[in-house]
Formats: sequence, C-alpha cells, structure tokens
Amino acid sequence: MSDATAPLTAAGVDRTRIRRGRAFHAFLLFSVAIGFVLLITLLVDVAIDGIPQLTWHFLTSAPSTLPERAGLRVAILGSIFLGLLLIAFTVPIGVATAIYLEEYANRERWYNKALEVNIQNLAAVPSIVYGILGLAFLVRGLEMGRVLLAGALILTLLVLPTVIVASREAIRAVPDGIRQGSLALGATQWQTIWRQVLPAAIPGIATGSILALARAIGETAPLLLVGALTFVSFNPTLLGPFTAIPIQIFQWVSRPQAEFKLLAAGAIIVLLIILLAMNSFAVWLRNRHTREY
Amino acid sequence: MAQATTEGTFAAAQPAPRLLRRGTRWGEMLVKGVMAAAALISVATTIGIVVALLTPAIDFFREISIIDFLTGTRWAPLFEPAGFGVLPLLTGTFVVTMWAMVIALPFGLGSAIYLSEYARPRVRKVLKPALEVLEGIPTVVYGFFALLFFTPLLQGIGVPLQVFNPLSAGIVMGIMIIPTVASVSEDAMHAVPQDLRAGAYGLGASRLQVATRIVVPAAISGIIAGFVLGISRAIGETVIVLIAAGNLARITFDPTKAIQTMTAFIASTGQGDVPTGSIEYKTIFSVGLTLFVITLAINIISIRLVRKYREVYE
Repeated sequence: MSDATAPLTAAGVDRTRIRRGRAFHAFLLFSVAIGFVLLITLLVDVAIDGIPQLTWHFLTSAPSTLPERAGLRVAILGSIFLGLLLIAFTVPIGVATAIYLEEYANRERWYNKALEVNIQNLAAVPSIVYGILGLAFLVRGLEMGRVLLAGALILTLLVLPTVIVASREAIRAVPDGIRQGSLALGATQWQTIWRQVLPAAIPGIATGSILALARAIGETAPLLLVGALTFVSFNPTLLGPFTAIPIQIFQWVSRPQAEFKLLAAGAIIVLLIILLAMNSFAVWLRNRHTREY
Repeated sequence: MAQATTEGTFAAAQPAPRLLRRGTRWGEMLVKGVMAAAALISVATTIGIVVALLTPAIDFFREISIIDFLTGTRWAPLFEPAGFGVLPLLTGTFVVTMWAMVIALPFGLGSAIYLSEYARPRVRKVLKPALEVLEGIPTVVYGFFALLFFTPLLQGIGVPLQVFNPLSAGIVMGIMIIPTVASVSEDAMHAVPQDLRAGAYGLGASRLQVATRIVVPAAISGIIAGFVLGISRAIGETVIVLIAAGNLARITFDPTKAIQTMTAFIASTGQGDVPTGSIEYKTIFSVGLTLFVITLAINIISIRLVRKYREVYE
C-alpha cells in the first residue's frame, strides 16, 4: 500500500489518510443533504406557483374546463370521504388480524407462517397492481363502475399490510405481565385482550393507522384505474363517480395549458398541508401516549 | 350440555368447588374465529390479485404466443397492425430504474453510513425521521416536480432532453428512494456488534476504514436487501414515470428520449374505457402479470437476504 510510505505528520498519521477520510466524510454529508436540497427546492417551487392560487374560490368551486373557474372542492370532499371509509374499513380488519397473529396464532403452524410471509409480500406489491385488482373485480367484475366505494375498498387492501404491521408492533409492546395478571385474576383470553391489551396498545395502533391513512390519501396510481373520471363536477356519493386531490393534481399536470399547472401547484399545497397535519397529529399522539413499562 | 347433567349428579356426592369451568366457551371460540377470518382477508387479497391477473392473462396468451410477447420488439396494442412484444416496456422500465438506482444506491448507502457511523446520537435522532419525510411526499408531487422543474432545469444547463424523458423522472425517483435504501441498510449496520469496530480501532484503523472495511462487509446482506427493496420500488413506481417519462413504447437506452414503462402503460390504458374482454383490455393484465412476477421475485430475494443477516446477529 502506498499509505505506508507516505510522509507522517507529527501525530504519526499520514496525510493521505486524513485527506481520504475528509473526502469520504464530505461524500456522506452530501448523500444526506441531497434529499433535503430536493425537498426544499420542491417546496419552494410549489409554493411560488401555488400560494397565489389558494383563494376561497379555488377551495370551494367545482372543477371546470376553464382554469379561472376551476376549483378543488369536489376533490377535497372525495379525499375526505375516502379517508373516512378507509378508517372504517382498515382499522377493524387490521387490528383483528394483528390480534390473531399476536395473541391467538401458534407460530409453529405452517399456515400462520404462510400468513406472515403473505402479508410481507403484499406490502411490496406495486400499488398499480392493486388498481388492476380493483379494475378486474370491482369496476368490471361486479360492475360497480368507477365509484367511491370501489376506490375506498382498493385503498383499504393497499394499506392493510401497513396497519397490520403497526398494530402488531403496538400489541407486542404490551408486556406479558399485564396479560398474565389478567388471566390469573380469572379473565378469559378475550377479556384480557379487550380490557387490558388493546387499551394499552391503542396509542401505537392509532399512530400507525394515521400514518398509513396519510399514505393512502396521497396515493394516485390505483385510483387512476378504479376511480379517475376525467370530469366530476358534483359532490361525491358512496356509489357515484368521484375524484380525489392526487387525481385532480394528475389531471391538471397532464393538461397542456400553463394555467392548469398553476392550479396543480395550488392543489399540491392543499394536499401537503393535509398530510403534514395528519403526520404531526400521529407524532404528537405517539409522544404523548408513549408509556414505559 | 350432556356434560352439565352428569356434573349435576356428581355434585351431590362430591361437594368440592370446581375452579375450572369445563366445556367449550363458545363466545371465546367465536371471537377467535372472527379474528382469524379478518386475517384471511389478506390471504384472499393475494389470491384475488393472482386470479385477477392470471385469468385474463391466460386468455391473452391464447391469442398471442408467450414467446412473441416476451421477445417481440414492437409494443403497439392499440394500432393496426398491432404489436404485442413487451420488450419496449421492459427496457423503458429498465432505463428509469437504472437512473433511479444510480442516485439511490450510492447516496442511500452514504446516508446509512453517515447515520450509523458518523452522526452523533442526537443528530441521528433528528436526521432519520427528517429523511423519511421524503418518502411521505405523494408521488404525484414528484411527478409534477420532475416534469415542470427538474426537466427544464436540466435543459437549461444544456442537457438535450425531450419534454418527457426517463433521465429526469429517474433522478427524482432515485432521490425519493434514498430513505428506503438508507433505512434498511442502516438497520443492518446498527446490528453490527460494537466489538468489531472496537477491534479495528484498536488496530489503528481510521473511521473511514472501520466504516468501509468492517461495518459494510459485516452488514452486506442487509445492505443488499435495502438495494433490492429500492429496485423493487423503482420498478413498481407509476405516477412519476407516467407524468414525466412519457408514453411512447420503444426500445432505446437513451435517457433523454421519451419511453413508456410497464406501470405507465397499465395506468394510461386502464384509466380509459377499453371494452372488457377486448385484446387491449387483456394487455393490461399480461403486462400487470409480468410486473407482478418481477417484483415478487425481487421481494422474495430481499426477504431471504434480510433473514440471512438476522440469523448472523441474533
């Protein structure tokens, strides 16, 4: 190695080595910084284009083919309805699955192992594939059409693995002593789960569910197949056509007129504010209710 | 219930109190059944995905031979004469994924090394969640940024880009994926026992040497798992490429020219009103199946690798 013959400094360390160390350190700092540079550039770019769009008219009007009349109301309502349906569907199913896996399932059994691998694999399936599932079974198969309920069901399946994983972690974090204490006092297994384990796990479950929900609210690809109607000018209903904020952004970006691109920037700001609020709430919840056992 | 009557007759002879209630607790069984049923929904999802993809895809391969599909160089299902060779879509996906990885792999690994080996605990505690904010931004926002900011920026500094191009989409996607690669790699590095580092420092190694010659090799399977996960995300990413990389299926490795990826094809065809049962409709599923098989294979490799590194340090 050339290092060995390089001149030594007073401290007995050669200079090339120091230089290499510094260069490497600089590379590492750059690696971390590049993401933040992109993030800040993106936010500034969107803010410059988008903030002037944020008028009361923009937030409360229906979409229009004329950019100066177009608004985000229908998309905002669509996203809110999707979010409410998602909570109603994913939380019970996700928590029940987590309870089964953590409290009831015998992990030695092959089918329980298969179940775990299955959930892991589902989490890695590209979201567009869920869109295909929705297109094949809900929109065309059951002939539901491109309706809000179909969109909500597909997003439910999409985020279910995330909710299950988060709920399992929260349930696992409840110390065994609490379960054993409860069982020793004569409670049945379900009484133990319902009155001791779940209440202790609720903050963790809520945090995980909100984060998963935030992910679903920003999701575009599966909704393009299940929902995206080019033009919905009335408020969404459960079994009617709908649009959502990400879809609306996508449509506005895809239009050639520059005015629509500005509207897209405005809609992005609204979407980011909603997501930021949800994420902050989740973090607040976690910090407030974290209990040390 | 027959049990209860026999218990009754014995009760007179043996008055000792019974502590355990015998018989089945139907309520408990019911609850367990409901929980198991909920767990089955995720199994049903997998079966649903496989059936939804396979049934029309098999139909499709009755009309178009699977060899023509996999080796054909012309993808034009909506044109006359139609071409059903998936290679243009595969190369499109490959080009975007490659550029995403050119960014995500080195900088993801760099971020992981920084967080695990260089950053002070307090800095790490702030940086790690901050980096994950990148993942929380919806992909449609990145698509907007790639098309309307990054492509013009690159054109401005003299890169001869078309309006839609995989270079810009790939780079923006790569930066988005940095936290994914970093997080998995960092977990693996964090699991490397402190003794190994102490040993190397004791022999006079520098921080650079400890990081690159001790920690990275020791955590290599976890790092590869992070890389693989990043690749899988890039292949499955839809909206960024749909907005910024174009919708023109052709075989080219030139990242400045518009292409079409598998995901972009599915999204752009699936949102239209192609009639159910037509060959155009079935192409959605044959391409979807191809995409699903590729990402599934990649994910299985990743799970294996993660398990392998877990075995080493637990």
